[in-house]
Amino acid sequence: MDLQTLTSMNWGIMAPEFVVLGTALLLSLLDLFMTGKKSRRPLGILAIAGIAASFIFLYLQFGDPGASLFHDMYRLDSFSKAFKLILLLGTGLILVLAYDYQMKEEEEYRGEFYYLLLTALLGAMVMASSADMITLFIGLELLSLSSYVMAGLRKGKMESNEAAFKYVVTGGISTAVTLFGMSYIFGMTGETNLYAVGAALRDTSILQNQFLLVFAFFITFAGLTFKIASAPFHMWAPDVYQGSPLPVTAFLSVVSKTAGFALILRFFLLCFSSAPGIKGDQLLLQVQPYLAVLAGATMIAGNVIALRQRDIKRLFAYSSVAQAGYILVPFVSVSALLFETTWFYLLAYLFMNIGAFAVIQAVTAAAGTNDISGFEGLYKRSPWLAVAMTIFILSLAGIPLTAGFAGKFGIFMNALGTNPPHYILAGILMATTVVSYFYYFNIIGQMFFRTGQEGPRIQHKNGLLVVTAVCAAATLFFGIFPGAALHFFYNEFQFNDFFQVMEQK
Amino acid sequence: MSHLISILVFSPLAGILALSLLSSKNERALKLAGLLGALLPMLIAVIAAASFERSASGIQLAEQVNWISYKMLKTGDAAYFSIRYEVGANGLSIVLMLLTAVISVLAAVGSWTVKRDWKSYFIFFLILELGMLGVFAAQNLFLFFIFFEITLIPMFFLIGRWGYADREKAAYSFLIYNGIGSAILLIVFVALFMRAGTLNYGELAKILSTNGYPGLGSTFRMSVLIALLVAFGIKLPIVPLHTWMLRVHVQAPPSIVMIHSGILLKIGAYGLFTFGIGFFPAEFKQLAVWIAVLGVINLLFGAFLAIVQTDLKKVLAYSSVSHMGIVLIGFAAMNEAGLKGAIFQLISHGLISALLFFLIGVLYERTGSSDLKDYSGLAGAMPVTAGVLLAGGLASLGLPGMSGFISEFLAFLGLFKVMPVIAAVGTLGIVLTAVYVLRAVLSVTFGPTRESYPVGRDMTAREKIPAFVLLGLVLVIGIYPGMLSEPLHTVLDTILLGLRG
Repeated sequence: MDLQTLTSMNWGIMAPEFVVLGTALLLSLLDLFMTGKKSRRPLGILAIAGIAASFIFLYLQFGDPGASLFHDMYRLDSFSKAFKLILLLGTGLILVLAYDYQMKEEEEYRGEFYYLLLTALLGAMVMASSADMITLFIGLELLSLSSYVMAGLRKGKMESNEAAFKYVVTGGISTAVTLFGMSYIFGMTGETNLYAVGAALRDTSILQNQFLLVFAFFITFAGLTFKIASAPFHMWAPDVYQGSPLPVTAFLSVVSKTAGFALILRFFLLCFSSAPGIKGDQLLLQVQPYLAVLAGATMIAGNVIALRQRDIKRLFAYSSVAQAGYILVPFVSVSALLFETTWFYLLAYLFMNIGAFAVIQAVTAAAGTNDISGFEGLYKRSPWLAVAMTIFILSLAGIPLTAGFAGKFGIFMNALGTNPPHYILAGILMATTVVSYFYYFNIIGQMFFRTGQEGPRIQHKNGLLVVTAVCAAATLFFGIFPGAALHFFYNEFQFNDFFQVMEQK
Repeated sequence: MSHLISILVFSPLAGILALSLLSSKNERALKLAGLLGALLPMLIAVIAAASFERSASGIQLAEQVNWISYKMLKTGDAAYFSIRYEVGANGLSIVLMLLTAVISVLAAVGSWTVKRDWKSYFIFFLILELGMLGVFAAQNLFLFFIFFEITLIPMFFLIGRWGYADREKAAYSFLIYNGIGSAILLIVFVALFMRAGTLNYGELAKILSTNGYPGLGSTFRMSVLIALLVAFGIKLPIVPLHTWMLRVHVQAPPSIVMIHSGILLKIGAYGLFTFGIGFFPAEFKQLAVWIAVLGVINLLFGAFLAIVQTDLKKVLAYSSVSHMGIVLIGFAAMNEAGLKGAIFQLISHGLISALLFFLIGVLYERTGSSDLKDYSGLAGAMPVTAGVLLAGGLASLGLPGMSGFISEFLAFLGLFKVMPVIAAVGTLGIVLTAVYVLRAVLSVTFGPTRESYPVGRDMTAREKIPAFVLLGLVLVIGIYPGMLSEPLHTVLDTILLGLRG
């Protein structure tokens, strides 16, 4: 490829990524040249500005027709735009949240946190916009490696080291598993481009290797469940969530998970949408029962184990495992509403989970412990924080008039709108939701029913207040007017370009 | 298009707003704001009822606004799954909304005994009222579900924060049982939505009455009906799904039990009537024998256990179980008399149990106990209270001239026409009702007057108003049932038309 072809390409479509990359580089240089003692907080503002700029570039692209670089290695389509919107929004909120996070003795690593978060975001964005196994994998690794470091950012703390170590080891294993599965797919088709793989798998010659294909599907899927923290690779979540600094935990539970879902949707739907299964049927239909078992197991494991947690971060780790199970349901049932409902739930999940983590950050910092008893009598100490937390919890539990319910309703429409309907899956979803009432409402009970000792009043920090207020308002707004988000979705994104190969313009 | 029903449903918000502006220390103002906040919906409910055309059938005062729209791409053209905001009223729901508004006002008066955190108490109270009004006003399943769940959360708080000693357990068991019920409802509603493409009551009833509509086969219908029976059976409650309700009756503050027993339980019956009988008349008929048996079990089980209870609140809790059995009996009859009896029973029991729990609140306020052992000779110390209690008890056991009689009589009349044997067994329950009501009431009222009673502290004027209003309504319905049957007429006609096929 000579210079002329390089310059003639439409690099402009990658503007959001370039901005994030540029900000990350700038921050790392600034961090390098700043004197050791100087506060790194201003870097946070720069990072937020970078995200905002990237967001603006993304917003400007909304009207644009789809485009691609390097034969769909990088795609600017509705899918990537819709998911990058969530990724940027989530990271932006987490950065605001992190501005107030007390690093205590590890304050000097604050700068690292900012640019690692941005590189992780970059990886996530690549995962959302790529349609080639190689670039998808690079994005995945960029996200993972940055996350491993971030998990261990509190170097002096044993639990943070433990988190980072466990994360690296399980992450490494799952990456190996993913790659192993991908290698089968590559081996059978000789292609890395997902569209080309999809076309190759339509070929009848593939029928000789059907079993291998199903095998490859499951191996790859199992490997990718690591990123979304669902069964079988979900057990890292509690330890890592508990040990990581809180903004990192929020990042892992929201942004990293969203990127994982983007990758899973893109990869499997493009590769396997018309692949034949064993003896005729479509492969995607044949694997449904097994995926349903995995989704069901995720929901059950997450919700049941959460019942016994006293540590609020571990509790939310299991809760986020359970939520991953819910979000898997549309993918398992593959109905016509797959994209909008998954997207909507992830959007709702972003607001309710980041909001909840914001409150957790405030409460645990004041109580000095992660134990759930820190929430005792919160309503008396700071009523607004308790009310906000109640909104987030009600939303996570799927109570009407919150975004969580609207999202869950959409998931149900998926599960029951196919032929034949997935009654068992819907039943498990609902039953585990009722189970989740126990631990979600236990937190509410702690806040409202218990008096608690006269703890220190919780200091309201600006960043934290902004995040909590924005998230609570959005959770309520999208709960009462889910139509607004759906309308936006249908107007801005035409998802029929998902399956279209785009020639490089 | 009139917005009367929407205004009615959301009118408690005015009170909530006023409350949120007041200081949380100002007890008097908060209580007053709570009461006024409950009075406003009652006023609007009366206006709505007045502008309701009694002789006309169908949904009146209807409103419709587009709300949520899912676009489903199906081979080329897009199919829209739309959810509208639609409210309205038929003869039954307008009566129930009126009942809700009235009982809420009286319960607000009963809430004078609340000792702490008045601000959040009344805010939750008014949210609860909003939810209840919405449940009856909703004209599609989505909205019904949303309002149904809205009642759940404030109830959870009201029980868990202002209840008696074992309140938290009661709150959680309320939440979990009702959570299971709404979980089943949600699955049923979405399944119907995805097959019929609409959630509107009227449209659904029409689609379900067309034979051979794709995807709505007989097994599907039957399973949906059974699911509805279980979901609303938890709410009603049907034995053996009743344990949560006993806890709530015993642990929640009396004013909240007035609402719980007076209205919330009725949502189960309303749902069973509107969706169960209204949507699936043929399937309901197939299950009628079982429902009748369940009804008789409820009636007898509740009555037997009420006889042996030593706590007045528990007597009334089991009496509620027993009385809800009569609703089931009326439903199972599937004829005009039976259905009318069941609906009368809803309203009558709503009033009577609200009255009795109000009185328990009055007594508990003075003596700090609801144990039957602690009471005797109340007639001497508190003659008015004792008199009203006796009158309420007589209404509860179905004395002619009071509302309880009409409903029991009609329900049994209906059932005797179709299932005489089961009905005959059921009549035993009427006898038992007399036994447990009289045992409880008489042991409180008569006997030697206790020294410990605070002398001269009979009902105050504030307490007399709710008691006499409720008693008056019970008598009026008992003496002139036509007042109630008139608006219900068109609703029953529509349902009976569906039953004949």
